[in-house]
Amino acid sequence: MSIQVVLPTAFTRHTDGRKQFDSTAANLPALLAELDQTFPALATQIKDENGKLRKFINIYINDEDIRFLGGDSYAFQDGDEVMLIPSIAGGRR
Amino acid sequence: MFQPSLLSRSEESPMNYSNPSYELACTECGKRFGNQPLSACPDCVAPLEVVYDLLSAKGVFTRDSIARGPASIWRYARMLPVPEGFQPDLPVGFTPLVHASRLGKRFGAASLYVKNDAVCFPTLSFKDRVVAVALANAQKFGFDTVGCSSTGNLANSVAAQAARLGLKACILVPADLEPAKILNTLVYGARLIRINGNYDAVNRLSMQIAGEYNWGFVNVNLRPYYSEGSKTVGYEIAEQLGWRLPDNVVVPMAGGSLIRKIRKAFQELIFLGLVKKPAQPVRFFGAQATGCSPISVAVKDGVDDIMPQKPNTIARSLAIGNPADGAAAAKMILEDGGWAEDVSDVEIVSGIQEMAETEGIFTETAGGVTTAVTARLYAEGRIAPGETTVVCITGNGLKTTDALAGRFDHLDTCAIRPRLADFDALLRSLDAEPELVAAN
Repeated sequence: MSIQVVLPTAFTRHTDGRKQFDSTAANLPALLAELDQTFPALATQIKDENGKLRKFINIYINDEDIRFLGGDSYAFQDGDEVMLIPSIAGGRR
Repeated sequence: MFQPSLLSRSEESPMNYSNPSYELACTECGKRFGNQPLSACPDCVAPLEVVYDLLSAKGVFTRDSIARGPASIWRYARMLPVPEGFQPDLPVGFTPLVHASRLGKRFGAASLYVKNDAVCFPTLSFKDRVVAVALANAQKFGFDTVGCSSTGNLANSVAAQAARLGLKACILVPADLEPAKILNTLVYGARLIRINGNYDAVNRLSMQIAGEYNWGFVNVNLRPYYSEGSKTVGYEIAEQLGWRLPDNVVVPMAGGSLIRKIRKAFQELIFLGLVKKPAQPVRFFGAQATGCSPISVAVKDGVDDIMPQKPNTIARSLAIGNPADGAAAAKMILEDGGWAEDVSDVEIVSGIQEMAETEGIFTETAGGVTTAVTARLYAEGRIAPGETTVVCITGNGLKTTDALAGRFDHLDTCAIRPRLADFDALLRSLDAEPELVAAN
């Protein structure tokens, strides 16, 4: 089982410029754990001090927001395209 | 408190500049970034926002200085992120604040006002304000192409103002956008690309494009500047009320930015001494369509976590299922004792008619949402009749006439000969009919 992870340019300074890479992670928590090993600087950028995905990052699975698919419990399917993208604006203040 | 920029003038390049009055700051970690086309903190990914040196504006940004300015948003330029030397030539904004006595009578409201951005220049929506500020910065950064993701009004405004400034425009919209909004974009010579998907999909693609192309996307890499333009709605409301704040403001919510920026404007005016701090904070009421109501749902649940929705409403200009400023909007509404409501598509059309019949203001579907929500707020007693309340109408009904298609056919009489007798007979027959109302 393999998925393709897609990153916007904003995240590629920590991936040697790579905008996509393959992964065998079974779900989102596993993917985030994998990033600690493969791209630790990217992991620091997108995860908070508690190891949780920062609230300003959206995850899309084949163009669908992962929250519509069950969030962390969604089991990646072979060939899934997983996109990490900043939420662009807003803030919580 | 404002801290001086770390960016010195010697470090300026075409893609950044310093300004003594404002700069970008991260809303989470507080790091400063000078001025550059950037919307998210490179360290913690949180959104960036423009912060001002408010102390230096004291005694400079005054009622008198504003009164000497032009009848447009540029009278507030001192508190907008517009680069030094910028010479505005479009009279954007400063739209009427109408005392809506006839609409108020229907709602049982004694002090109701309509802020009418249906007549905003140049493209008849409040988006003209934000685009004007964004493009001032696009020029400063040296972009020759600007763009946006849009539900329609923004597309129109970017296309028009880019044409005026001699910039190229590339605009992305959901494929099923209203025909009038498509036409009102293409006529300015903009490149318009329809995307199969809703606004949220279009916005996601814009984010990727902005990273690949050296373009100024007004609601992506120029967003911190762009969104500040919405403050001018708040400044104008206060000035047009005779330099006082209303008790309540009812605001349509799509991404949730406008409602936040009106509040920011009020806070700045209080800090700078242009208006008196009210005994009770101004309450903000958000309006959404039930078919796309993620912020309204959050407010009703008393939380500021937004669960995205898949939009299904005729109010397409509000059809943002994953609102960028949704969490912040919900939080501020709850903090100040306001509320949010959502209304059905049938109520939206009724709201359009009600505004038109009572005040002679033809608003688009978003305005129908705001009007219908306001009616409900009065009916439920959330707004008291004697309180001063401003309803923000943000777009013109000529852009969404398809929402009203067929609704007035029964009121359209058959043609008659050009004879007085025929006219008399027709009038008698019409007077004999029961009261005519638009079909639901």
